[in-house]
Amino acid sequence: MAVKEYAGKMVELDADGNLAKQTDWNEDVAKALAVEEGIPELNDRRWLVINYMRKEFEAKGDAPSIRKLTKESGVDTKELYTLFPGGPAKKAARIAGLPKPKGCI
Amino acid sequence: MAEPIKKVSIVISRGSLEGVYPGLIMANGARMEGIEATLFFTFFGLHAVIEKKMDHLKVATVGNPAMCVPSAMGPGLPTWMGAIPGMSWFATGMMKKEIEKLDIPPIREFIEMIHDTGCEIYGCKATVDMFHLTKKDFCPQVDDIISVGQFYEKSAGSQIIFT
Repeated sequence: MAVKEYAGKMVELDADGNLAKQTDWNEDVAKALAVEEGIPELNDRRWLVINYMRKEFEAKGDAPSIRKLTKESGVDTKELYTLFPGGPAKKAARIAGLPKPKGCI
Repeated sequence: MAEPIKKVSIVISRGSLEGVYPGLIMANGARMEGIEATLFFTFFGLHAVIEKKMDHLKVATVGNPAMCVPSAMGPGLPTWMGAIPGMSWFATGMMKKEIEKLDIPPIREFIEMIHDTGCEIYGCKATVDMFHLTKKDFCPQVDDIISVGQFYEKSAGSQIIFT
């Protein structure tokens, strides 16, 4: 299992490069992961998506579908793709410290 | 490691519910992975983007030997029974219910959502002429009506998927 340093902290990564342990996540780790994903700054809208995903994951055990995410977070599909260019669900989940989403939608 | 897929062009040629959804799911899935996607609707597939028809697509029950009731692992439905009036209506209702459970949107909402992800949507000119349709007959997400030649131009560097 790969170990990498984010925000001065050594964290374990799973096969997809996502955090292996949820407990390793904090806001600074999120910022470092975001930079790696090509997102230099996490603004309020991005935090809104990340926090929503974390809340859903905690409740359901999987990241929400894009449809659910856009309906319930108040961030619509267009904005979501602007906030996380090139694969929003995958990127947001990784920054949120969650495993790669399992769903198809 | 093999070169990842960067761009797909998905052709939807059938107008039944089970003929349209796979292509839509693949287009949306591509965008979710950061893959560029283009949708091209041809022949009866056009029904999925015609304003007056897109909310009324049905499951084809005639000539479908895989049709089982009440669910996929249930006993096979004798093919002749697929022709009984109301069968298609019934199967459509069942499928729509299951689709909703998976949080897959109805066709119209799905087309809007996919278009919002940045996927371009086109109709086939030959079919539009054959069916005597005009651009006005389509939902606003249809970017243009294009010829097969233009489709190939737009698909430069794409994997083309025919459904």
